[in-house]
Amino acid sequence: MTAPILRVAGLNARIAGQQVVEDVGFEVPPTGVTALLGRNGVGKTSTIKAILGLIDRQGLVEFSGDRIDSQPTHRIVQRGIGYVPEDREVFSKLTVAENMRLAERGGAPNRSLVDDLFPDLIARAGQAAGTLSGGQQQMLSLARTLQNENKLLLVDEPTKGLAPRIVLEVGQALETAAAAVPILLVEQNLQVVRQLAETVVVIEGGRVVHTGNARELLNDDALTTRLLGVHGAAKDDDRLSEGAGR
Amino acid sequence: MSTVVLLLITGLGLGALYFLVASGLSLIYGLMGVLNFAHGSFLTLGAFAGWEVARRMEGDSWVTFAVSIMVGAAVGALVAAATELLLIRPLYKRHIEQVLVTVGLGLATVALFEGIWGVDQIFVTGPAWLGEITVVLGARIPNEYFALIVGAVVVLLAIVLFLKFTRYGLVIRAGVENRSMVTALGIDVRRAFTLVFAIGGAAAGIGGVLASHFSGFVSPHLGVSLLIFAFIVTVIGGLGSLPGAAIASVLVAVLQQFANFYLDGSGDLVVVLLLAAVLLVRPAGLLGAKA
Repeated sequence: MTAPILRVAGLNARIAGQQVVEDVGFEVPPTGVTALLGRNGVGKTSTIKAILGLIDRQGLVEFSGDRIDSQPTHRIVQRGIGYVPEDREVFSKLTVAENMRLAERGGAPNRSLVDDLFPDLIARAGQAAGTLSGGQQQMLSLARTLQNENKLLLVDEPTKGLAPRIVLEVGQALETAAAAVPILLVEQNLQVVRQLAETVVVIEGGRVVHTGNARELLNDDALTTRLLGVHGAAKDDDRLSEGAGR
Repeated sequence: MSTVVLLLITGLGLGALYFLVASGLSLIYGLMGVLNFAHGSFLTLGAFAGWEVARRMEGDSWVTFAVSIMVGAAVGALVAAATELLLIRPLYKRHIEQVLVTVGLGLATVALFEGIWGVDQIFVTGPAWLGEITVVLGARIPNEYFALIVGAVVVLLAIVLFLKFTRYGLVIRAGVENRSMVTALGIDVRRAFTLVFAIGGAAAGIGGVLASHFSGFVSPHLGVSLLIFAFIVTVIGGLGSLPGAAIASVLVAVLQQFANFYLDGSGDLVVVLLLAAVLLVRPAGLLGAKA
């Protein structure tokens, strides 16, 4: 059996004294997309942030066989973990080009891949990121991460609040990226999950309640309804209820 | 007419001095969320360092003046960087403790300076030109005001160019906007913390040397009196905004000069009223991003 690229065990995290991640444990295989699912507010985003050390956490986080749970965020990312945050978090006062330059990590950035995936950004290089549309900001958020050589991507709700056409583009970009690098994906849109993910990890109340094959879960209406609150069938309007997935 | 010109130019000069202190305060707060109450000490130390160098050099030449400014900047930068590394960094994410430690440092250093250089004012001399007068549109302007204006413009340009065209400038601008996202891109933002302290310390050190020539003396309390107005300027301009600090420095100082002249020396009161008005109407300050 192939060793996981990321292993999480007994992970706990608190924000302002409140437990947001409780004894979470799962593994991310070295290839493909693993979707981290759950209803709103169950701790998916907090789990991603805890892995990265963006919030205080205890527990085991192992990346490529090395423990990273006591390391600061910048060192974890420098190991080759790319992060695409919820709500894009582009630097609104910097230009598109400056956002890209800031995110360059290590060796030469893979600009050709990014230019192929997001040609619109080339023409907007001198534009302040804060003046981009939501979809363009999401492209920028993905592009600044994909330009680097990553060993794992943590992608948090990349299609949230986007128009259907942009959702398709984001899905295609992630599909291209997933061919080269494993992805841990937090996603509310089950169509996107069905398109991309092989494995799912479902969180409820800060704890993992289900792990398994993505299609098996999404094809099981009863289980999907029980775990996620919606049907898992492949319908265009399949979305979990709106809101932040913290 | 000549009175208005006099008040405008002296106001600009005073604003330049405020800016030299406020620029560092604003950058430090913007990036780190720390209100640095020890910033006046960097100014005072820069002034003493400049004076110590000047008195060991020959005469009151421009070379001596330039060297004293460079030494003041270097000492301010080094001490500020050491402050960040030794006192602020161990308290990372503990903002109240960080503020308290700067309050303590500010008080302790004044006592230290009194112990080293005494409590009396030490008179400073510089190039003869600084003590002369230039007539502008009928107004007789002491030349030291022009030195302050030139000093502040040079510092402002240097900081703007640094922020715009260097990698660390990019990191600082991004960090002011969203510090945790900068770390999530794999950047050790703590280096930028040290750097903004050093930049702020250098500006304050330059301000210290210029302030000593402007006042005609250096004393352990030189920075304390300026720090209050620098804080007011920083809040009015918008915490974290360098252009805001520049605009507010000029606004506050010019207003202060006019109020002092036309309203029987009520400049300080008018400035405090302006601060109150800005906080009521625009709590984030003139160019601040958020309250």
